[in-house]
Amino acid sequence: MQEVTTKKKEFTPNIVAFCCNWCSYAGADLAGSSRLSYPANVKIIRVPCSCRVNPTFVLKAFQQGADGVILCGCHPGDCHYVTGNYYTRRRMALLFNFLNYMGIEKERTRVEWVSAAEGQRFSAVMNDFVKTITELGENKRLTDLRVKEGE
Amino acid sequence: MKDVELKMLERAKQLLESGEVARVIGWKKGEFYFDPAPASFETVEELGDFVYNGFCGANLSKYLIQASKKEGKTAIFLKPCDSYSFNQLVKEHRIVRENIHVIAIECQGKLDIEKIKAQGISAVTEVEEEGESVTVSSLYGETKLNKAEILLGKCASCKGKTHQVKDEEIILHEMPAPINNRFDEVAKLEAMTEDERFAFWREQLQKCIRCNACRNVCPACSCVKCVFDNPASGIEAKANDDKFEEQLFHIIRAFHVAGRCTDCGECSRVCPQNIPLHLLNRKFIKDIDGLYGEFQAGETDNGKTPLTSYTESDVEPNNALGGEAK
Ligand code: SF4
Ligand code: SF4
Ligand code: SF4
Repeated sequence: MQEVTTKKKEFTPNIVAFCCNWCSYAGADLAGSSRLSYPANVKIIRVPCSCRVNPTFVLKAFQQGADGVILCGCHPGDCHYVTGNYYTRRRMALLFNFLNYMGIEKERTRVEWVSAAEGQRFSAVMNDFVKTITELGENKRLTDLRVKEGE
Repeated sequence: MKDVELKMLERAKQLLESGEVARVIGWKKGEFYFDPAPASFETVEELGDFVYNGFCGANLSKYLIQASKKEGKTAIFLKPCDSYSFNQLVKEHRIVRENIHVIAIECQGKLDIEKIKAQGISAVTEVEEEGESVTVSSLYGETKLNKAEILLGKCASCKGKTHQVKDEEIILHEMPAPINNRFDEVAKLEAMTEDERFAFWREQLQKCIRCNACRNVCPACSCVKCVFDNPASGIEAKANDDKFEEQLFHIIRAFHVAGRCTDCGECSRVCPQNIPLHLLNRKFIKDIDGLYGEFQAGETDNGKTPLTSYTESDVEPNNALGGEAK
């Protein structure tokens, strides 16, 4: 059963980052090997292309407790499969708009293009996104009570 | 209207008698005057139940998925809005065009029995339409009503009365123009704050009983295997303790038809809980129009959809909020 606690826990957001294998995933690697830091609460999910991300992946991430979801892919024009990220761009533009239309805060979703050479940028993007979500607070609008633990 | 019905019946008889078609898809009498149901007629005798009146709002095109694969040709009556769905189904290779004879029919706007009942009229026995006014006969007498007040939601904002496909037509009178803009309500929601929108959709979506009627009726929802039937998806049925599953169902349903939804209005029409599902679909249509250029699904039976095409200068998702490039 739930215990009543008066102490307020500091909020550390859960962030899910879908990273394309050919660019941002390697960018994350580079950030690591260059000793650039990005917050530990960013959970990276490697995908073969940003276009692999079905809208339900984003929803599922929120369901499982994510407070923010970010997609990272190759810069437009640089997709390993030539055009994948162009489709991602349309799909996510429509999805994010739609989520916002249903009242989900627009800051919770983001798309960024990060190449394999941009370790620095990867670190900056993640730090910025975590900061945004930390300020915004917990995701309460797209959660599933069946999934929430210990509450 | 009676003359249109007679002409349709006559034509259906001819087609069946001559053996040109093996079946005709139309509407047959229900238990009451106001509940005709879609039906397939295979003999002239069966046509005894044939009907076409103000309550034939149902879109027949989806029945072709099975009918067009049967032996022999199928003739079908399509209203203007149904013809968009027809094209979309051809485009998605769901129906076999060569096996179908399309009869484009006149539509003066279809009526909503719930709206008539809401005026305090019960036991409706017949409805006579003359232009903008309607005479409703019931067991308790006659009432004259303004047609605009009892139109189905989808008909009040009808996309237009031009058929997108036809092999022949039965159009005897001029057809009326829509009485309101289909994006007005979407714009109203967009103008609200996030909190207000969240509250609005919570209130609407919690009414959902997950009967799946909106999915089953939708001509764009024609997958043989559907995620909503998959027990492992977590959304195969209504969960009794949370809000997520309701939202998820509606987000997935609307997104899956984005760029393919013709705005035929069937989902909202059949929802037993009166959830304004068209406001979800139209958000996608409005955003697609605003971000990628005007697009009407079902205008043609070939070509790409907005989600299966792109341009190099498309707007970035982070800058696309509100459905306009910022
Ligand atoms: S939407 Fe238009 S064409 Fe379709 S039933 Fe209504 S009035 Fe007729
Ligand atoms: S028809 Fe209405 S009640 Fe039934 S599943 Fe669809 S939205 Fe829910
Ligand atoms: S989503 Fe609704 S309006 Fe769109 S095609 Fe399906 S039934 Fe028609």
